[in-house]
Amino acid sequence: MAAVAESVIKPASRFRFILDRRDVLGSVFVAPAILYVLLLVGLPFLMAVYYSVSAYTIYNPSWQFVGLENFQQIVQDPEFRRTLSNTFIFTFGSQALGLVLGKFGALVLLRPFPGRKLVRALIILPWAVPVALATVAWQWMFDSLYSVINWTLIALGFITRAQAPNWLGTTDLAMISVIVVNAWRFFPFAVVIFLAGITAVPQDVLDAATVDGAGFWRRNYQIIVPMILPIVAIGLIFGIVFTFTDLSIVFLMTQGGPIDATSVLGFKGFQTGIVSGDVSHGAAISLFMLPVLLVVVIFMLRFIRRREI
Amino acid sequence: MPRLTVAQVAKETSFYGTVAFFVILAAFPFYWMVITSFKTNSDLYNVANIPFWFNDPPTLEHFRYLFDKTLFARWLWNSLVIGVCVVAITLVTALPAAYSLARLTGRTGETLGIGIFLTYLVPPTLLFLPLSRVIASLGLQNSMWSLVLVYPTFTIPFCTWLLMGFFKAMPPEIEEAAIVDGCSLFGAFFKMTIPLSLPGILTAVIFTFTLTLQEFVYALTFISSSDQKPITLGVATDLIRGDIFYWGEIMAGALIASIPVAIAYNLFLDRFIAGITGGAVK
Amino acid sequence: MAAVSTRDIVKKFGDVPAVNGISLTVPDGEFMVLLGPSGCGKTTFLRIICGLERQTSGDLLIGDDVVNDIPPRARGVAMMFQSYGLYPHFTVRNNIAFPLKTQSVPGADIAKKVEWASQLLGIGHLLDRRPRQLSGGERQRVALARALVREPTALLLDEPLSNLDAKLRASARLEIKQFQQRVGITTVYVTHDQVEAMGMGDRIAVIDQGQVRQVGTPTEIYDDPADRFVATFVGTPPMNIVARNGGFLGFRPENFLPKEMIDDEPCTEFRFRVDRSEYLGSERIVYGVLDGFDPGQVITAKLPPAHVAEESIRPGEWHPFAVRNSALRHFDKDGKRAVRA
Repeated sequence: MAAVAESVIKPASRFRFILDRRDVLGSVFVAPAILYVLLLVGLPFLMAVYYSVSAYTIYNPSWQFVGLENFQQIVQDPEFRRTLSNTFIFTFGSQALGLVLGKFGALVLLRPFPGRKLVRALIILPWAVPVALATVAWQWMFDSLYSVINWTLIALGFITRAQAPNWLGTTDLAMISVIVVNAWRFFPFAVVIFLAGITAVPQDVLDAATVDGAGFWRRNYQIIVPMILPIVAIGLIFGIVFTFTDLSIVFLMTQGGPIDATSVLGFKGFQTGIVSGDVSHGAAISLFMLPVLLVVVIFMLRFIRRREI
Repeated sequence: MPRLTVAQVAKETSFYGTVAFFVILAAFPFYWMVITSFKTNSDLYNVANIPFWFNDPPTLEHFRYLFDKTLFARWLWNSLVIGVCVVAITLVTALPAAYSLARLTGRTGETLGIGIFLTYLVPPTLLFLPLSRVIASLGLQNSMWSLVLVYPTFTIPFCTWLLMGFFKAMPPEIEEAAIVDGCSLFGAFFKMTIPLSLPGILTAVIFTFTLTLQEFVYALTFISSSDQKPITLGVATDLIRGDIFYWGEIMAGALIASIPVAIAYNLFLDRFIAGITGGAVK
Repeated sequence: MAAVSTRDIVKKFGDVPAVNGISLTVPDGEFMVLLGPSGCGKTTFLRIICGLERQTSGDLLIGDDVVNDIPPRARGVAMMFQSYGLYPHFTVRNNIAFPLKTQSVPGADIAKKVEWASQLLGIGHLLDRRPRQLSGGERQRVALARALVREPTALLLDEPLSNLDAKLRASARLEIKQFQQRVGITTVYVTHDQVEAMGMGDRIAVIDQGQVRQVGTPTEIYDDPADRFVATFVGTPPMNIVARNGGFLGFRPENFLPKEMIDDEPCTEFRFRVDRSEYLGSERIVYGVLDGFDPGQVITAKLPPAHVAEESIRPGEWHPFAVRNSALRHFDKDGKRAVRA
């Protein structure tokens, strides 16, 4: 019975069993991914940081170091300050709205009813469909002349044609429109996150709460919400990061207007760095996104760690 | 037949009312998209008409225009090529990486996994500046191949993370049995892990493909020639002559591009959730 | 020639030693059981023998060869996992053939060996099914066939019965043991269940906290435990151990009987107050305390069913109980077995 063993065992040579060695294989397997990311994310990131402290423009690609001059210049620009506050308003508004809609949407989908599969498929649509395509649909819905929203409001008698708002052309309305579209895009994702979290709560915990006398709302807020907080926090990280840095919606719907009313950091960075070719200032603007992102991610990760049940 | 109380009726009504609210909220813009695609221009650009239904009979003129008079077909082809190439690059890179992080490396593996995942959060609106210089120096400016090069920077982290979830949920016993039965570590990965995680891999493929379709920022930054544009960029920016938006065509194009994505998401959503939560959620 | 032998194997995870110096020799053809509580390191040790883990220090020999750095496939061992580890996407035939395919055995030989292995285990009729279509017992047999088809030097089993329900466990135990005797393959079997160990093993190695406490036949382990741990781990209900004279005295419940039942040997007497009794059909277990010893310590006695004194043993009363001196076990203050002075 030992025949097989005898013939195969030789003094181990370094290369013979190389495909078996965990350490070698582990590194080799991860290497391509890490390389790709280092070269096309890590390096460009460092380049962007350097741009922001240089005097680089497309017309004058100079690597001359200028310190924090670019940052000083943009911070003093009132347009930039407007952009910064817009970005916060835009992010906070759409995330809050999206989260609320997501929570209630999830509650509705929890209960089985005829046609639930179809309803879920429809509710997922805003998130599933590419941003730009959904945004153009809204653009058309907000159109200054042919807006279906205005048509409905007029038909219901709330306003007259003369009073019909120019959604994308009026300062405050434009911001509201952009927030609504972003919240609309985000809420199905929030629904999915909430559903995943709520269905992960073990049924016996809920049953115990019922036996202990907790009604629907108390069960909801004191049992379910704390237990799903980690997964909701992760969803929120995604939402915040992608909204804070987004330019698609603003680019397509308002081009930052009217008069910078909806200009956000991502859009301004694009305008300055790409369209105008002022790479160094563009980079500085874009880098402003980082501190906020870092704070959000670190805060959320800490929060999740502490909440591990 | 039990008599329904007023309270029950009220509860049911408010429930279904809420359902209707969400459905309308989510789906109305798509309804709008659909109906606009099929309406004649004279019907569309008439304020007096009721917009919710056809006043003139529905028409296919926008679709015909799309395929005959615009580069729409070319954009579809571009997106297909980009998608397939990016998926290939991503799979080759992310599959082994995800396996390594899920099984082969210990503590360092976890940190590395989180590190790779965090790069997914680095915004394109920051990287597009240096990347556009890199693309230019490689001579790929204004070419769709620039996107094939750049898209894996976010599809690889995303896919690695998703596949890690799937691999972690697979019990290691089968791979160990294969190793004891004579496979090398690599052999076990290739002959056991991959065939047995095909559903997970398929989900990753589908979501990666949709990620490439969804992308807008890099496409906008790197490409200006109409014939190199992917579908999303083309429909959103190229169907405009001067100041005039060709809404009928735009909606028709958006519709065609949206449908496969919407279907794919729906079919694979449950798997995607399972991957995120590492199989913990049914 | 020993089929498997280890010299001072240590395995550390970080700073924690899971296996803390095990030297064991398993002769050719023996059924060796590694017995111990959860977390004692027995499974880690088995995986080291198999090659799925590498020891931190120490030597492992299979046959006469040192195999420390050789991967599992070249060691000539086969393993059966707790949930069998059958390949779900292969038929039974391909499951059994797999170990041969990886060694590039020619096709005709593969077919012959698969035939042989499946006949050995009586699963010839299942060859074209998939694992999910098989019952638990059938899956076990397929796993065994797959393990044997390579004719390995040693067969390693990792708690294969723990996933079965109690009824199946007894018959599966018998099947494995009979099978091993018929084929004569060296077997190392890991379990935490001492009934399995006692019933199946030619020898048992009792392991605790990464070290072997005692190696011996079931009789040796039961009658001559090397220390308190072995004495109390094997046997249900466990051996009674009381403190006396700076050391410990041990006696098994079935040896702790009413005085009137012992009249053939010198014995040691105790006054025993019964507090509780459980009637189990084939025996009666009685719980109580000893006079003159720790009043908080519960002592067990296992009485045969039809006992005349049953009627007279009422809870709350003191009775004379005794243990034959030959059945007493003495332990020193460290818990090691001491020969009676």
